[in-house]
Amino acid sequence: MTIEQIANKHGFATVTKCADTSRGIKSAYCCDLLSWVMSHGTADMALITIHTHMNVIAIAALLEMSCIIIPENIEIEESVINKADEEGICILKSQKSAYEISGLLFADGILPAVK
Amino acid sequence: MEELRVNEYNLKDIYTIEAGNFVTAGEASSNIKTLLKRLGVNSSKLRNIAIASYEAEINLVIHSKGGQMELLVSPNEVIIKIDDIGPGIENIELAMKEGYSTAPDSIRVMGFGAGMGLSNMRNNADDFKIESKLGEGTHICMKFNI
Ligand SMILES: Nc1ncnc2c1ncn2[C@@H]1O[C@H](COP(=O)(O)OP(=O)(O)O)[C@@H](O)[C@H]1O
Ligand SMILES: [Mg+2]
Repeated sequence: MTIEQIANKHGFATVTKCADTSRGIKSAYCCDLLSWVMSHGTADMALITIHTHMNVIAIAALLEMSCIIIPENIEIEESVINKADEEGICILKSQKSAYEISGLLFADGILPAVK
Repeated sequence: MEELRVNEYNLKDIYTIEAGNFVTAGEASSNIKTLLKRLGVNSSKLRNIAIASYEAEINLVIHSKGGQMELLVSPNEVIIKIDDIGPGIENIELAMKEGYSTAPDSIRVMGFGAGMGLSNMRNNADDFKIESKLGEGTHICMKFNI
């Protein structure tokens, strides 16, 4: 599924302004420990995390992730959104918890990355 | 630390890493990755290099007083050397242990301090060497076969 399809289906808001939402999501990972994200992250992955600082964007970009999904409508600073747009990493935001978002994506057939 | 004969390397680049600067943290690793991608390094090796270089870079930002990362590229290997100006690591064996971290709470709330950085470097590099002296600094050399 694409970022756009996921966002529309579950009512996730697209926070970034120009990052490509037609990009596919091939896997997902939910974690707030960044070294774990680093070692488990792969290309075209959706990352579900509560962190909204600059370094999450840097990590997602380095690993060529597809998008970042922020749960519970956590505030995201404008500078971080701009950085994500610059790096071409889409940020989605939802009212739902990380647990609920994970469940929705899993039910959509987006599975953990195969190592 | 093993002396490298730099003139055998076709490409050399140096990046300065500033202590405590979380805004620019990751830029060196990002530049290294962009450069190596352009040189045609395959994507799975690029991922290994990106993980290892980011962990080294973020450690300099979090734990050191600053330092530099040096990139050396030859036709069959990539070398990343990381040197900081202190404070050094007292017990390397302990620091290498997965889960061991001295990161303060202010860093942990950002998601850092899982204590996996050094092992992520060792697991992703084809060769990993670390030397450190308390009061002096830490020196890491990672080699990747390409
Ligand atoms: N460049 C460095 N300078 C000083 N201490 C360091 C450096 N790199 C790592 N350390 C020490 O080693 C520990 C483990 O590092 P690491 O495995 O990257 O985990 P983390 O960064 O999550 O704490 C750090 O908590 C710190 O005490
Ligand atoms: Mg670390």
